[in-house]
Amino acid sequence: MAGNASPRCGDFKTSYAADTTIFQTPLSRYATLSGIALMALAPLSFAGFEPVSDYAIALLIQIGYLGVAALGLNILVGFTGQISLGHSAFFGFGAFASAWLNNSFGIPVVIAMPLAGLMTTAVGMVFGIPAARIKGLYLAIATLASQFILQDFFSRADWFTGGTAGALAEPFSLFGWKLGGDREYFYVVLVTVVLLYLAAANLMRSRDGRALVAVRDHYLSAEVMGVNLTKYRILSFGISSFYAGIGGALFAHYLQFVSVEGFDLLLSVQFLGMIIIGGLGSVAGTLMGTAFMVLLPELMGGIIGALQQTDWGNIPAVTQGLAFLKQAAIGLAIVLFLIFEPDGLAHRWQLIKSYWRLYPFSY
Amino acid sequence: MTDDSPILDIREVSLSFRGVRALNRVGFSVGTGALFSIIGPNGAGKTSMLNCISGRYSPSEGQIIFEGKDITRLKTNSRAHIGIGRTFQNLALFNHMSVLDNIMVGRHHLLRNNFLTGAIYWFGGAQREEVSHRREVEQIIDFLEISHIRKAVAGTLPYGPRKRVELARAVALKPKLILLDEPMAGMNLEEKEDMARFIIDLNEEWGMTVVMIEHDIGVVMDISHKVVVLDFGKKIAEGSPLQVIDDPHVRKAYLGEDEEPLPPPAAAAKVASWQ
Repeated sequence: MAGNASPRCGDFKTSYAADTTIFQTPLSRYATLSGIALMALAPLSFAGFEPVSDYAIALLIQIGYLGVAALGLNILVGFTGQISLGHSAFFGFGAFASAWLNNSFGIPVVIAMPLAGLMTTAVGMVFGIPAARIKGLYLAIATLASQFILQDFFSRADWFTGGTAGALAEPFSLFGWKLGGDREYFYVVLVTVVLLYLAAANLMRSRDGRALVAVRDHYLSAEVMGVNLTKYRILSFGISSFYAGIGGALFAHYLQFVSVEGFDLLLSVQFLGMIIIGGLGSVAGTLMGTAFMVLLPELMGGIIGALQQTDWGNIPAVTQGLAFLKQAAIGLAIVLFLIFEPDGLAHRWQLIKSYWRLYPFSY
Repeated sequence: MTDDSPILDIREVSLSFRGVRALNRVGFSVGTGALFSIIGPNGAGKTSMLNCISGRYSPSEGQIIFEGKDITRLKTNSRAHIGIGRTFQNLALFNHMSVLDNIMVGRHHLLRNNFLTGAIYWFGGAQREEVSHRREVEQIIDFLEISHIRKAVAGTLPYGPRKRVELARAVALKPKLILLDEPMAGMNLEEKEDMARFIIDLNEEWGMTVVMIEHDIGVVMDISHKVVVLDFGKKIAEGSPLQVIDDPHVRKAYLGEDEEPLPPPAAAAKVASWQ
């Protein structure tokens, strides 16, 4: 799928370890590291001046927690070739589980979050059992059941979710140091994103990650190679739900309130949109796709705002149409990506990189 | 090369798909270290036989004994662990993975890392294991002369190299018994010669027992130690290549009916009487 750029000419690897690095060139490694460093600087204020606005920080946090959950879905859909229409339910389960563990047992948030991930893993594996037997559209419908069952569970299980009233979630704290504000919480999200993306990249270059991809590409020969299909199909659901659960927990302690609304089918489909736009089977692409899906409505909002300033934008027929523009843009983006770039942003990025690598000689 | 103790013993195996009897009480045994061929016209049940051995089909009757153990009902993925590897008639590579990753999947049952130690790559020993297995995989790559395409995505390769990558992936399993389903199909003369050389080397130098289905009778006659002939799900002859090619039942199966009817085949008895 996405990825697999041809190695740079003249760039020779002299050890097998160097040949299996996550970043194929030093440049891409340093670019990523400096990107992370820049992100770490983003919430800081310099002599009272804040270069990144509160609103931008909120958007980045949103990209972070959605990106973690979307990566889980990409491991399931992009790497293992299965399908899930219930991802937002696992995301929601993680959110409630973390709040519940913290509220009911007083487990510190920093521990409650990974525990919530593990709880979601268990739930996800149970709902993943049908995947051992069915594929494709049938599996999509089976996972739809998990979406509805869990959504119903959220609104009924008062002890767990607070029912229709929702659940309060404590702000994140570490060694008595509260990270309640957006600018502090940003670091919690950043560290989680970096760790979990690194873990996924590592997984994909080791035994079990390869087995997942093998199951996707040709399950019959994967089985002959000694891959236990049932185990890996359910494991994939487990890993996917873990990421969804952690993403949900990040979300819960960011908003500090979890409502039963919102973890619906639409969000599940949006997660699918993120990984399709980012690139199925690409770790880095997942983050690009998430950023795209979060920022596109903002961009459209900006365009609509600009249009409304003009005379033309105030014709009644146009004003009504503008309201739909945001939603329509997301739908249109997915359709255009499916037609023109089915391998997603990650593939487009590879093409751009290989173009510049050969820059003066474009062939 | 061949010694007498059989590594694989097929005992009266039958396989039915509803009304169609794909295999009808087929039995033969493959000696340890043999280069064994299964031939027969299209639809004779050769691939069905291979599928029974590799676990994709489960025979309706009979037993398959591997190294003295009954594996008739053993799960497909467990057969990699006990030392059975195979290639497929129609290419079955992991098309979106690189050639290297394809071959590394063949090491799956030899690798000890799981998803947790894999995720912390540097600290759980995963990297060490990857590197040490990579070294062995590189030997296979050198041997099969595919080093120039090791980074290529498998799905983008032409047919001949794909067949080689598939062989490499099966060899990476370190099988004691390797099943090859038409390894030379669709190849030109040069590629066939290379493939024949690889198969002989695998058998003689790497010490693998080879069971091969092949339509190119010239290759089969040249390199096999022993041949079994199937026709319409039944075994019609078994023996050395020379014995088999002179068998009237084999000639009938390949070339058509003779004028006078033949006595029913009794392959084993016939082979014995000719010796």
